[in-house]
Amino acid sequence: MIERTPILNLVTQLVLFVGLVVALAPFVFVAIAATHDLRDVNLVPMPLLPGHNFIDNLATAWHRAGLGPKLVNSLIFAGGVAIGKVVVSAFTAYAIVFFRFPGRQLLFWSIFVTLMLPLEVRIVPTYAVAANVLGPYQAILDITGITSLVEALSGIRLDLQFGLLNSYPGLILPLVATATGTFLYRQFFLTLPDELVEAAKMDGAGPIRFFFDIVLPLSRNNIAALATIMFLWAWNQYLWPLLVTTEPEHATAVTALKSLIPNEGGIPEWNVAMAGTLIVMLPTLIVVIVMQRWFVRGLIASEK
Amino acid sequence: MAEISLRHVAKSYGRTPVVHAIDLEVAAGEFIVILGPSGCGKSTLLRMIAGLEAITAGEIAIGGRVVNDLEPRERGCAMVFQNYALYPHMTVADNIGYALKVAGVAKAERLARIEKVADALGLRDLLGRRPAQLSGGQRQRVAMGRAMIREPAVFLFDEPLSNLDAELRVRMRVEIRKLHDRLGATSIFVTHDQVEAMTLADRIVVLHGGRVEQIGTPYAIYHQPASHFVAGFIGSPAMNRLDGRVGPAATVVFADGTTIAVPDLDLPEGQAVTLGIRPEDLRVGSEAPEDGIRHRLAIDFVEHLGPAALVHGRFAGHDFVASVPRHIAFTVVEGLTFTMPVETMHLFDSTTGRRIGIDAARE
Repeated sequence: MIERTPILNLVTQLVLFVGLVVALAPFVFVAIAATHDLRDVNLVPMPLLPGHNFIDNLATAWHRAGLGPKLVNSLIFAGGVAIGKVVVSAFTAYAIVFFRFPGRQLLFWSIFVTLMLPLEVRIVPTYAVAANVLGPYQAILDITGITSLVEALSGIRLDLQFGLLNSYPGLILPLVATATGTFLYRQFFLTLPDELVEAAKMDGAGPIRFFFDIVLPLSRNNIAALATIMFLWAWNQYLWPLLVTTEPEHATAVTALKSLIPNEGGIPEWNVAMAGTLIVMLPTLIVVIVMQRWFVRGLIASEK
Repeated sequence: MAEISLRHVAKSYGRTPVVHAIDLEVAAGEFIVILGPSGCGKSTLLRMIAGLEAITAGEIAIGGRVVNDLEPRERGCAMVFQNYALYPHMTVADNIGYALKVAGVAKAERLARIEKVADALGLRDLLGRRPAQLSGGQRQRVAMGRAMIREPAVFLFDEPLSNLDAELRVRMRVEIRKLHDRLGATSIFVTHDQVEAMTLADRIVVLHGGRVEQIGTPYAIYHQPASHFVAGFIGSPAMNRLDGRVGPAATVVFADGTTIAVPDLDLPEGQAVTLGIRPEDLRVGSEAPEDGIRHRLAIDFVEHLGPAALVHGRFAGHDFVASVPRHIAFTVVEGLTFTMPVETMHLFDSTTGRRIGIDAARE
């Protein structure tokens, strides 16, 4: 059916265009600001034609914030979180969808409910655990009186310590559990026909073979989509890395940007801050551009 | 090759029984078709044999070995699914060879066997393709190949032809039967299509509401249906079934007063019976013998099928169909004269639905 609705078309295009401008304007503004020198960037209004200090600003930002090692940190952090989430949620969803065991629904819903508890809400307990992974066990020992018992008997005071602050595991592990990913996989696994499972059973494949030979290859679009989203999400994390990494050599690129933002009363070098922002944005842009095809395919209808 | 024994096999979901204590002995190399309307438990029965569905009671033995507690892969069965269930991300060759890969067969031998199976099924040129690039008939053949390559003792078919178009269905039907004869494996084939059942089976198991209605050769099922249900289910158009009562002097009397003589009928007067006769067993028009008891069918409408016409009308207070060969002339206005040859009549007990052996008494 061909519809001729010129007015509707015009309005639609207009809305799309406004959306594009709203989405791109800040980015363009950042890019232009990063090309100015100190004087131009502080003019009101700021000149919208690019200046000539782009390369200088990039170099300054790079050195001042130590972006080289910070980008590596960020890459390890975001990559680790993305891979961890992809692996953990694939296993979780596989267990929930393909195995019948008591408490299956309860398990699924308890995972699902954690969607309502984003990192910011549970940041204090999460930090406490990261500071001492064995803390909860210590608490159990203390409350039950075992600690004092042991101390009274042997004179040794039990003090379990296993801190993860200022380390990659401390950055990555607490963020690896994911309800979103589990849910995404679950929805996809549910679309796999039962007959596929049965055919694999008849062919003699056990659960592990079925997972690696059939389920994983079929979910590669989902994996790509989830990995992309989670990489971007982790890359943009600010609060958690700031809390967990107190030593500068463990800081991530996003937290490092803070050092480029002019202090009150300092030199208003917004051009350098914007250049640093551009650098930090670049890896995410590349990831999106490279992954977008699979990304979209994994989120919309599954291929038949 | 293996024989299969089902002893009182039953299945219920919670408290709802879906299969009631079924007994069945399948000889090695036999082709059994399980036939029944949808929801009669035929697929469940097949899946219990395959091991995909646990049985609630009874015992299943394959090749003399009780397999109740064995995993599907340990039972030596291969299965062809209704929707083929091919692995979408694997090539045809990988699909066919997957069972061997799982079993740890070396790659060279695997390839040789894949090629052998592909040759037998005419899939040689398609080995590199994905299922999405195949037609329905080709997918069907790949599914068969996947079952064949394991050289199983038992083939299980779960309505494998129901997704194909009419022409292809007939062709694949022939191929499946040829394949069975060549491989000599025991085959169990589930379908709701009576033509498939009649053409493929050595013996048919008619299932209804989770119970066996009749087990027999296609000939026996057609000519001596054991119950009212089988009589109506087998044959197209369906057998005419007229509900009446036993009258005086070996007759059946119907509500509208029509009386039909059934010689040798030895039942108490007044018992509710159903008289059955197939549309194609009637002697109609000019072929109706002069000395027989002639009836007249008031014609409602006529379906012309080519070789014969199906004449629909009312007789003895029931809808009634007669099959009229094309060389016999009749007019709608005059109606159709017919006689009912006694040897083609079937009689059923209306309350139990079971066959009453008038033919046995005559023989």
